[in-house]
Amino acid sequence: MSIPGDFIYWIVILLMMIGFYTLIARANLVKKLIGLGIFQNSIFLLFIAMGKVEGGTAPILVAGEGVTYSNPLPHVLILTAIVVGVATLALGLGLTIRIKEAFGTVEEDDIHQKDESF
Amino acid sequence: MESIIHLGLLGLLSVTAITIIRLRTLFAAVMLSSIYSLVSAALLVTLDAVDVALMEAAVGAGISTVLMLGTLSLVGRKEKRPVRQPLLPLFVVVVTGAVLVYGTLDMPGFGAPDNPVHRHVAPRYLQESGREIGIPNVVTSVLASYRGYDTLGETTVIFAAVVGVLLLLAGGSRHTEQNEVLGAEQSATFDDRVILRVGAKMLVPFILLFGLYVQFHADYGPGGGFQAAVIFAAGFILYALVFGLKVAQRVLPPAVVYLCAALGVLIFAGIGLTTMAEGTNFLDYHALLRDPQDAQVAGIMLVELGVLVTVFGAMITIFYVVAGRRRSRP
Amino acid sequence: MTVLVLEGLSWVLILAGVFFMVVGSIGLLRMPDVYTRLHAAGMTDSIGAGLILLGLALQAGFTLISVRLLLIWAFLLLTNPVGSYALARAARAGRVRPFTVPERD
Repeated sequence: MSIPGDFIYWIVILLMMIGFYTLIARANLVKKLIGLGIFQNSIFLLFIAMGKVEGGTAPILVAGEGVTYSNPLPHVLILTAIVVGVATLALGLGLTIRIKEAFGTVEEDDIHQKDESF
Repeated sequence: MESIIHLGLLGLLSVTAITIIRLRTLFAAVMLSSIYSLVSAALLVTLDAVDVALMEAAVGAGISTVLMLGTLSLVGRKEKRPVRQPLLPLFVVVVTGAVLVYGTLDMPGFGAPDNPVHRHVAPRYLQESGREIGIPNVVTSVLASYRGYDTLGETTVIFAAVVGVLLLLAGGSRHTEQNEVLGAEQSATFDDRVILRVGAKMLVPFILLFGLYVQFHADYGPGGGFQAAVIFAAGFILYALVFGLKVAQRVLPPAVVYLCAALGVLIFAGIGLTTMAEGTNFLDYHALLRDPQDAQVAGIMLVELGVLVTVFGAMITIFYVVAGRRRSRP
Repeated sequence: MTVLVLEGLSWVLILAGVFFMVVGSIGLLRMPDVYTRLHAAGMTDSIGAGLILLGLALQAGFTLISVRLLLIWAFLLLTNPVGSYALARAARAGRVRPFTVPERD
């Protein structure tokens, strides 16, 4: 049985859109950050999926000729992106905590109501 | 066969993601996002990205979940019922998704060895790094040697994020109520937490040992400074969760942790400056030792040490400020 | 001959492990409250995952891989009960009442 390999890109795009939807449609700031996490994760998957070579193995060199390795470059990019992702998440959570302390709520609509300058 | 596994894991991811949107209990949504990360780590393993999977499992399922839970205990666990009809966002999302899917139609097929991504740079890394760097794990040699500039940049970004979090939260609000979930004070007497304490005491040393293994075995297997740092941090956070923030801060005072976050970047950049002083380019390790392969291995080890110190310091700093935050009274 | 016996034994172990995992999952879905669900999942996970890992270790033979698999099992034997305990304790601290059959009179 053979399934066209491109389905992996389509499902990753579906996941990306789920994250994007949570980011723009939900009013709760923590929920937005969770959506941002899903969005980020789907981009990681997209990059890694592009680096995959059919019949390849993890890019750790072994002795012998004719071994196919997957592309190591996306792995390096995403590895650092994950740490930067958690750093930005922490920054977002820090902002959320401060917003809660300033406005008493983390719901976007309520914040707009309380913010006179808006 | 492999595509069936991919399909199954992607299906699990989709179901989890849809459930996360539908839930209004944020606590459950955070736990599900932790599961989401774990499943995506499994998917990354099947896509040959073992280093990345290690990272995703430790960060996504471990540290970011703890940070989110700490935040939830400060900002409340319930999401309000949405008031607006989400028609416009839905429209935007559907259109964007359709455009992206249309874009994939022109993309080269999944996994084909002659895709454009695999033609440039990557073959050189795979063929030459064994001779030039002399270590089997190509990801480590690309991360720390070929693309050392990038990694220095990323490490600096993490340091900057820590500075940002400290600026936002280090002051502390005047109204006091201890963060119940993470910062609760525990009495030193034996209570019903004894099973947790004994369990954590048995686990933490092994987690830290595994962190060291991941750090120093990075030349031969999946691992490296980033992964080791988050595993180390996860082990220490486990200790802090069970024994209380006070005890953890006596083991590792905040001042030391802040110093770590800065020290790692200094080590990394310092190696770059040392190589410059020796007359070669910035982060060109050949200046460090006479034998080119030994020099590369030594340079990679030092640079990974810098990454370890900064990322560990960053994770623990962020944990300390979120967990130590007191809840403000409305 | 030995290879065949080992192969068969490992498959029996893996299938038995899968059986326990499936039973645990059914319990997780069908049980009425947190505590009974935890009971179903926590108990079967230890044995199910253990059997699967043992079966895989037999497949790998006397290599470093099977040592690692057995280490994972040892790790699971420690984390699984402690995790279940922590969950149950958290549920009790959150005042989740255990499910009881309503009395008839």
